[in-house]
Amino acid sequence: MVEEEGFRRYVAHIILWIGIAIVAFPVYIAIIASTQENALIANGQMSLLPGGHFFETYYQTIFVGTSGSTREPVGNMMLNSLITALLIAVGKIAISIISAYAIVYFRFPFRMPIFWLIFITLMLPVEVRIYPTYKIVADLHMLDSYAGLSLPLIASATATLLFRQFFMTVPDELLEASRIDGAGPFRFFWDTLLPLSRTNMAALFVILFILGWNQYLWPLLITTRDDMQTIQIGIRKMITTTDALTEWPIVMATAVLAMLPPVFVVVVMQKLFVRGLVETEK
Amino acid sequence: MANVTLRSVRKTYPGGFEAIKGVDVDVGDGQFCVLVGPSGCGKSTLLRMVAGLETVTGGEIDIGGRVVNGIEPADRDIAMVFQNYALYPHMSVYNNMAYGLRNRGMAEAEIKTRVEEAARVLELSAMLERKPRQLSGGQRQRVAMGRAIVRQPKVFLFDEPLSNLDAKLRIAMRVEIRKLQRRLNTTSIYVTHDQLEAMTLADILVVMNGGQVEQVGNPLAIYEKPATTFVASFIGAPPMNLMSTRPEEIRAQLAGSAAADAGILGIRPEDFAITDQTPAGGVALPLTVEAIERVGAETFVYGSREQEDQRVAATPGELPPGEVIVRIPGTEAPAIGAKIRVAAMRTKLHLFSGDGRKRIEA
Repeated sequence: MVEEEGFRRYVAHIILWIGIAIVAFPVYIAIIASTQENALIANGQMSLLPGGHFFETYYQTIFVGTSGSTREPVGNMMLNSLITALLIAVGKIAISIISAYAIVYFRFPFRMPIFWLIFITLMLPVEVRIYPTYKIVADLHMLDSYAGLSLPLIASATATLLFRQFFMTVPDELLEASRIDGAGPFRFFWDTLLPLSRTNMAALFVILFILGWNQYLWPLLITTRDDMQTIQIGIRKMITTTDALTEWPIVMATAVLAMLPPVFVVVVMQKLFVRGLVETEK
Repeated sequence: MANVTLRSVRKTYPGGFEAIKGVDVDVGDGQFCVLVGPSGCGKSTLLRMVAGLETVTGGEIDIGGRVVNGIEPADRDIAMVFQNYALYPHMSVYNNMAYGLRNRGMAEAEIKTRVEEAARVLELSAMLERKPRQLSGGQRQRVAMGRAIVRQPKVFLFDEPLSNLDAKLRIAMRVEIRKLQRRLNTTSIYVTHDQLEAMTLADILVVMNGGQVEQVGNPLAIYEKPATTFVASFIGAPPMNLMSTRPEEIRAQLAGSAAADAGILGIRPEDFAITDQTPAGGVALPLTVEAIERVGAETFVYGSREQEDQRVAATPGELPPGEVIVRIPGTEAPAIGAKIRVAAMRTKLHLFSGDGRKRIEA
C-alpha cells in the first residue's frame, strides 16, 4: 500500500472519523439514555451527558425488569439468550463437522445425493419452513424449552460446506500416514482433523454465536412463557406498552446489555477468528 | 527383517483402467529396491499397494513370508515416508514420531528411548519440541524418516521422498538415506522418477513403464545392457542415441553381423569420440554441430545427421529424429556449424529389434 502524504491523509482520516461517529452515536445515545430519568426522555429533554441513574437503572433492569410489560428480569432473558446461542453455535459446529467428515472421508451408498440434500437445505432457512418446523416442535412438546429454541436452528448446510471445503484441502497423505501409524477413523478425526480445524471452528463459533444471539422470529413464535423469552424478544415487548409510559432507560439498558455478549465474543476470539479466515498452512 | 515378493500383482481401477499389469519382483532381505519410471508408469501405485493404501486386484504381495493382500496398513509392519512428508502439523517433532507407537499401546518409557535414539541418529535432538512448520525442508524430511525408523518395521517404503528438496540438499539426503539403510539393514522400496537417484541408491533397480516392469536387475547391469529401447533411453543422462539401422550409411557399417538386421541401433553419448578413424566393427557418423552445452567437467555436443532419419520408437527422453548427442570430457568443443565425424567401438553398440522391445546380442 502506498503511504498517502499530508492533505490526502487528513481527508481520509476525517472520513473515517465521520463513519465512526455515525456508527457510534446511536450506541452512545443508548448508553446515555440508560442513565437518565424516564420523564426527561419521554418529554424530549434528554441531555447528551450521562445522568445519575446508572446503577439504579441497571440494577432494576437485570434483576427486576420493567414494571409494566414483561415483568421479567433482563438477567434471566440474557441467560436464556446465552444458553440458546451457545447451544446453536456448539450444536451446529458439532453436527456439521461430523457430517462433513462423513461426506469427505467415507465411501457409502448415496454419498453424493446426501451431500446434495444437505446442500439444498441452504435454500430452506427457518423463515421458509416455519410452519412445518413449528408443527414438529409443538408435536414433540418442545415449545418453551431450550431444545425447541435451538434444535431447529442447529442443522446447517453452511457450516457443513465450510468444513467440507477445509477437509478437502487437508492432504490425503495425512490420512494415509495416520492409517500406517495405526489410527482408525475415530482416532484420525480426534487426533488430527479436530486439532487442524481449531481455527476454523473458532471463526465459525463467532459467526454462529452472533447468529444465535440475534435470533428473533423463531423465539418469538415458540416462547410464550415470560421466563423463557430471549433478550431480543424482551426488548421488543418492553417498547410496546398499552396503558403506561415506555420505560426508556430500562429499554436502553437492555439494548446495551444485549450488545455486550457478541462484543465480548468478538473481542476475545478476534485473533483466532482472523486466523481461521486467512490461514492457509496445513 | 523380511523379503518382499510381488507375484503377478495387478491393479485394475473400477473404470477398467489397468494401472499395474502383472508385476513380479523379489526384493531380498535388507536390499534396497528402487522403482523408477516416468510419471504415470504405476510405480507409486505399486508402492501404495505394498503399503496397503491401495487394494490389490490380482496377484499376491508377500512381506516376510506372509501374504498381506487383505491386511490393514498398520498391521503390515511397514513404515512409509511420503513425498510431502505428511507430518502432523499440530504435533511437535517428538509427538510426530511417537504417535504411531502410542497407537500401538507401547509404554511411554520405551517410546522415549526409541524417539530419542532416532533423533540422535538424525540430528534432531535439539528440535524435538518444535512444530513441523518451524523446520526447514531438510529437517522435515528427517522427521519423516525418524517417524519411520522408530517403528522398527520390516520394510521401509519411500515415495519420492527427496523431490521437494533443492538440488544440493537432495544429494546430501540421498547419501544419508543410503547410509542409514545400510546401517539398519532394513529392506526398502524406494520410488523415484530421477534416474540418478535410482542408479545411486539401488541394489535392485526396477524400471517400469505403462504399468509393466521393463527390466529388473543390478543398476550397472541395466545401464550396460538395457533390455529395451525404453530402458536404454530412460537410464542414463543424457539419453542414449537411438537410430534406425535401415539407412544404407549405418547398414553398410554393420554388415557382416547379425546386427545389420536388428532394426534399432543405440549408442550412449559418452561412447562416441570425435575422430576420423573408424574402429574395427564400430560405427562412424558424420555430424553437423548444432549446439554446445558446457557444464564444466564435460561438454555435450548436439549434432544433426546429414540425412533425415526415420523416427525411432517413441520413448521419454527421445531425441528428435536425426539428432545425436555426443559427450566429451573437458571444455574443448568444435564450433557450431562445424562438420565433424564421431565414432563408437563395436563393444559399445546396443542393438534392439525394430519395435524396441528386445535386445539383440550381436
